[in-house]
Amino acid sequence: MLYLSFLAFIPLLACFSKAFSLSPAQFWAAVWTPRTIAAYRFTFTVSILSSLASIVLGFMIAWVLVRYEFPLKRIFDALIDLPFALPTAVAGLVYSGLYVENGWLGQFLVPLGIKGAYSMFAVVLVLTFLGIPFVVRTLQPVLESMEDDKEEAAYLLGASRGQTFWRVIFPTLVPAMITGFALSLARGLGEYGSVVFVSGNMPFKTEIAPVLIVARLEQFAYAEATAIAVVLLVISFAMLVVINLLERWSKRFYA
Amino acid sequence: MTRFLSLTTLVLLAALALPGCNSSKAEADAEGSHELLNVSYDPTRELWRALNQEFIADYKKKTGVELEILQSHAGSSSQARAVIDGQEADVVTLAMWADTNAIANAGLINEGWQERLPNGALPYFSTIVFVVRKGNPKKIQDWKDLIAEGVEVITPSPKTSGNGKLSFLAAWGSVVLRDGSEKDAMDFVTKLYSHVPVLDSGARGATTTFAQKKIGDVHLTWENEAHLEVRESKGELEIVYPPISIRAEPRVAVVDANVDRKKTRAAAEAYLNFLYTPAAQEIIASHFYRPYKPEILHKHSASFQSVALFPIQDIVSGWAGAETKFFDEGAIFDQVYTSLNK
Repeated sequence: MLYLSFLAFIPLLACFSKAFSLSPAQFWAAVWTPRTIAAYRFTFTVSILSSLASIVLGFMIAWVLVRYEFPLKRIFDALIDLPFALPTAVAGLVYSGLYVENGWLGQFLVPLGIKGAYSMFAVVLVLTFLGIPFVVRTLQPVLESMEDDKEEAAYLLGASRGQTFWRVIFPTLVPAMITGFALSLARGLGEYGSVVFVSGNMPFKTEIAPVLIVARLEQFAYAEATAIAVVLLVISFAMLVVINLLERWSKRFYA
Repeated sequence: MTRFLSLTTLVLLAALALPGCNSSKAEADAEGSHELLNVSYDPTRELWRALNQEFIADYKKKTGVELEILQSHAGSSSQARAVIDGQEADVVTLAMWADTNAIANAGLINEGWQERLPNGALPYFSTIVFVVRKGNPKKIQDWKDLIAEGVEVITPSPKTSGNGKLSFLAAWGSVVLRDGSEKDAMDFVTKLYSHVPVLDSGARGATTTFAQKKIGDVHLTWENEAHLEVRESKGELEIVYPPISIRAEPRVAVVDANVDRKKTRAAAEAYLNFLYTPAAQEIIASHFYRPYKPEILHKHSASFQSVALFPIQDIVSGWAGAETKFFDEGAIFDQVYTSLNK
């Protein structure tokens, strides 16, 4: 408890007290302008989209890793954790370098109208890369502990493969998927290092809220910067509460 | 952000720990430490490395004391914040007046700091120039060419970068100082930023975007960075001097509160005064910063093409006024982006 309060509670308290050193009017003026609203919207949109993409891709990876044997499997398995360890600025630089017009991938994609650098798509792409391991690592143990007999029973009772998957396997995975979603969402909301390199930081278009926080700090406006942080925290917290409730509900429903 | 800060701290701690080992043999410790910390901005690494080497030798010859000088480099404003928050800088050599002033406002630098060194505490100055692709295919010569059809401009965000601020101010001045009205200037910068495809957060990021990722047709940057960028491009890039640009003033100051506590005032003051000597001015010029001594500037005129450099006071009351008028929340730069997104 003491440990937790030093690590999380006290810094959070400091953050709130700094933000509330502003008068309500100042606070409002700092956090609610067309530009900050656009930034919140962008931040949450890209985080949600990338978490959804992480779930789909993460599930496929987890499925393959658990159900199939192939050469170098353990190396692939270890590689999943790479985004956890990689400094995110490196991920950002590599992604933007690959997808710009003269990059390895960009030279083929940009003529097709696919902008994988300096666009919303670019941010979703890099956040998905960072989010996938959360989904894989939460789904893997659930898939591994799944007994074959359930599937066999379903099959013997005449269920098709699709039915077996959607009605038998999928429901048991839902709680873990929601957890994975929540984790990668939280990761996406707070991400700064990689996004600044791939987004292009265009105000109103591809500017994330953390960039605005840094901009305020550069102007020595500490209180205004923390005010934006507080808004992000409150919205994120609310979303995580909802996700947690959803997870509980899904457990009761499916498990 | 915190990650960046803690990284800087780590690097610094490591740097501090190393010379700390042999401080026991420094017999004169009673009169203060023999270690100076120079907190500077991003692109000055090579400059200070060269200057420090020269100064340490010079100081040893004069006083018999062997100094140890540590350098710290990052974005100018974040460096100022670090010093305000307790980084023990003996001297600050930042890019923007407003950053040094913020440290003074925090009570760490005494009032009148600009009068305590020659030339208003400005041993060198610089400006913003253009870097273009080989052969200047888009024929960019002047500010108005930046808003021609199909030209893409790379410049960092004025909100987070000194380079970005200076570029904005230079663009503004290029209109109002050549018989344009403020409204014309507003129109011009609005058009200009509609030609900016990527708004990097710092100077080095913008350099990477332009030089390595090959995005954009022209890069607005510090004169010294431009020389470095062109040299490293191996003939892929070249410099274009616009006829008019801003006079950038990276002033230097002793951090009084820190040198008094660490008892390093004598060395710190000698260090900054050394910048005004002919030897130091030569080093400054060879790193493409414009030396304040006219004769040395003249001697290096090959590297410093003449540009009409206007002081900030020609367009606004001063560096502090520039912040309020252009870069604060809801000020002109924000209005530019608001009108671009209507």
